[in-house]
Amino acid sequence: MDQFLAFTVVGLSTAAIYAVIGSGLVLTHTTAGVFNFAHGAAGMLAAFAYWQLAVGWRWPVPLALAAVLLVLAPAFGLLVERVLMRPVQALGEAERLVMTVALLTGCIALARWVWDPNTARPLTPFFADRPALRLGPAAVTWHQAVTTAVAVAVAAGLWFLLHRTRAGTEMRACVDDRALAGLTGADPLRAGRLAWVLGIQLAAVGGILIAPAVALDAQQLSLLIVSAYTAAVFGRLRSLPFTFLGAVVVGLLEAYLAGYLPQNDYLPGLRLAAPALLLLLALLAFPHRRLRGRDRRLVPVPLPGRRGALILAAAIPGLALVLVTVLAEDSLVPYGTVFALGVVALSYVPLAGFAGQVSLCQMSIAGIGAVVWGHLGAHGEPWALPAAVLVAAAVGALVAVPALRLSGIYLALGTTAFAVILDRWIFTLPAFDVLGVRIALFDQGSVTVTGPDLFGLHLTSPAQLLLLAAVCLGLASLGVVALRRGRFGRRLIALRDSEAAYATLGGRLLGAKVAVFALSAGIAGLGGALYGMQLQTVTADQFNLVAGLPLFLIAVIAGLGSVGAGLFTGVAFVVPTQLLGELGTWAQDLSALLIALAGMGLAHSPSGVITRLRAEWAPPARDRLLLGAAGVVLAGCWLLAALDAVNGWLLLAVALVAATAPRIRAAARRQGTVETPPEWWGVRRPWRPEDGEVLSRATAAG
Amino acid sequence: MSLLELAGVRAAYNGITVLHGVDLSVAAGQVVALLGPNGAGKTTVLKVASGVHPPSGGRLLLGGRDATGIRPGDLARAGVCLVPEGRGVFPNLSVRDNLLMMTFTGRTREEIEESAYARFPVLGRRRTQHAGTLSGGEQQMLALARGLATDPAVLLLDELSMGLAPLVVAELYERVAGIARQGVAVLVVEQFATAVLKIADHAAVLVRGRVQWQGHPDSSLHAELSSYYLGSAT
Repeated sequence: MDQFLAFTVVGLSTAAIYAVIGSGLVLTHTTAGVFNFAHGAAGMLAAFAYWQLAVGWRWPVPLALAAVLLVLAPAFGLLVERVLMRPVQALGEAERLVMTVALLTGCIALARWVWDPNTARPLTPFFADRPALRLGPAAVTWHQAVTTAVAVAVAAGLWFLLHRTRAGTEMRACVDDRALAGLTGADPLRAGRLAWVLGIQLAAVGGILIAPAVALDAQQLSLLIVSAYTAAVFGRLRSLPFTFLGAVVVGLLEAYLAGYLPQNDYLPGLRLAAPALLLLLALLAFPHRRLRGRDRRLVPVPLPGRRGALILAAAIPGLALVLVTVLAEDSLVPYGTVFALGVVALSYVPLAGFAGQVSLCQMSIAGIGAVVWGHLGAHGEPWALPAAVLVAAAVGALVAVPALRLSGIYLALGTTAFAVILDRWIFTLPAFDVLGVRIALFDQGSVTVTGPDLFGLHLTSPAQLLLLAAVCLGLASLGVVALRRGRFGRRLIALRDSEAAYATLGGRLLGAKVAVFALSAGIAGLGGALYGMQLQTVTADQFNLVAGLPLFLIAVIAGLGSVGAGLFTGVAFVVPTQLLGELGTWAQDLSALLIALAGMGLAHSPSGVITRLRAEWAPPARDRLLLGAAGVVLAGCWLLAALDAVNGWLLLAVALVAATAPRIRAAARRQGTVETPPEWWGVRRPWRPEDGEVLSRATAAG
Repeated sequence: MSLLELAGVRAAYNGITVLHGVDLSVAAGQVVALLGPNGAGKTTVLKVASGVHPPSGGRLLLGGRDATGIRPGDLARAGVCLVPEGRGVFPNLSVRDNLLMMTFTGRTREEIEESAYARFPVLGRRRTQHAGTLSGGEQQMLALARGLATDPAVLLLDELSMGLAPLVVAELYERVAGIARQGVAVLVVEQFATAVLKIADHAAVLVRGRVQWQGHPDSSLHAELSSYYLGSAT
């Protein structure tokens, strides 16, 4: 009984922290209209900053606390609002979600960059020198008591702010309808600033309270928040009392599992994954959708032409050929992942781009593909590759069933939970038997992966595997183009635009969702297998949630609706990291930071960088002479590089100049021509096919 | 004297002009109906008058003074109230909180709630319900009640009848007429003219961003309207 009480006290004090963090999530969701994936990461940064002031620079604790909570956190909140959130305010919920994912990866990269992850940074609990309080047989430390008091105060204060003050109502009103709120004397800008300042402050409180209990580690602290997600989902992202209840459930569950779960090889992971499992259950049990206001815009999905698709499909192996001939043997492996990760990124296109289903577990599914190939294709059996694809597709179909009940951020949360369950439990399991079939995953370590036997050739060298991955990416891209141009692609887009309309027109929601999840999981599984072949040994860490987030982020920046997003993501993910890596190890975290910063560009081209690049490159592509000249220069560069005649960096610079020259020239030429006013379209200049769309959009947009 | 006046107002979206010099004035106690086919620019006129959309030319006068370019919140404080088209409510806020948003004019929450529930008793019964879960007519009542809660000097109504039963529309317009009798200048935008013309003192027909006809709403207007709506006019 005493033991039970002790576990209860531990559980309740953890619950108090989850309640603080969960309330912060609810606050940001109701007042800023976004589910902040980076809430934990902001708390993590605050904990690091607090450590730096209080321990690193030996400031007195109250001063350090005041500096973090009253100066740094509000300043960070204002920065986030101004730089990340305000530009995407007019866009949809998905775009705002992506910005918080960018913030999450950015915060982790920043923390690793500033604070060396290999140094231990212990934080002492508050009032550690005082003896614990006795509550009957249970002991409550002062830190636990303070945490609980803070949680109760935060909950009461927030409830009062949101429901009893005009400032709180204003913030909620601005989320519903900014224009209408402006008409009622509210200032949407001020409301947004206040929402983010308060949200980040609460994150900081949670981060500082939880940091003494766990190690000060950037990734771990950022993801502890999954437990707080569960609490917030219990409150349907808007009810503070239910969030509190959810926090108590999660906290107690964790404490009791830690105390009473039998110790064997299979179950410790379950304890770590329990909050994520509970999150998945809570998402399914408490479905909630925000009542829709009038702010909703959908990004158009471009229709790729046959010629463009063939050019893309041919260009991918072409690029691979250039890489194979130009690069040294030892850099072929890292650059080879361009195409394998490109295939994984391509899996987002049908799923998130066409069907509008935001999934954050594609990398985990890629991991399954890699493992299945690693075990079944241990001697390069060619049939194992389709088997890996099929197993991944089956897992994808499994994810689709709960997805039927979820959409938007709830689906993103559900797939996050799925990825976390795989990371913390399934991927850590030793080999086990199900119905007589031996299932081995990462074998609690790493799995060796080899290349396949194809047409009598055993593909093992990095160059061969790179070409194989490129051919696969080219073929998969062609397949996705065919999908987009066909009947199923149109159905998926209809599904994205309006599920209700899709169903009333006779479409089957379950069938379509399962099919698209399975299809994209199959692509991801193929990508994972190819990725594994490149790396030769794979570990679970390479396929965890955090590893997959930058890939998703770049795919969104590229434009989820564009088939070229696969290649673009692979290139943009791998190449800057490799180039910066040559400068030194410090530059690697910088490149992760760059990816997060690139998320800011999303506001300028919401339908993706590829659409924008396409518009910019269309005029120079028509100029045959210039294009030919650039081609000759590029071919010359390639020849020189292949012969290893000139310095690689110099050639890269020349090649880049040659490749961008036609575009710069075309842009300069366009500047010279005067823009025709819309009234004269079709009179002073020929009518273009897109003009009708431009006009109707402009006049109906208001 | 006219309370609200638009003088030569031009407005554009993304460089495409939709209003080509609109002149319109509404006196205190007057109901002016602004009619016209789809895409004529009726809603844009209201957006300019409420400050939501800045005009690209011309002037907005309020009580004879220039009010061009004033922010919507400040215009609202000065007594201009827009009830936007179709469900102008905050769907995730309760009825009470929707009304609370009108305290910016200095009236207390209690006063606003009292006047709103007196005008529309059904809202009092649903005060804790989320506005998004009300029926269309109730949402329109809430939007109207919220607008009236501040005792505006100028009331701008956009498509009040949208999606509502004819009986409800007739009732709503009766109330609008009552509000105008208290000295409020009312500008109503409508596509379906019959209901509003029963209470309008003056009517204007907007076609492709220009006022093509204005005057007293009598039988000649009906001939005009049918020609514009049915397309025989050039």
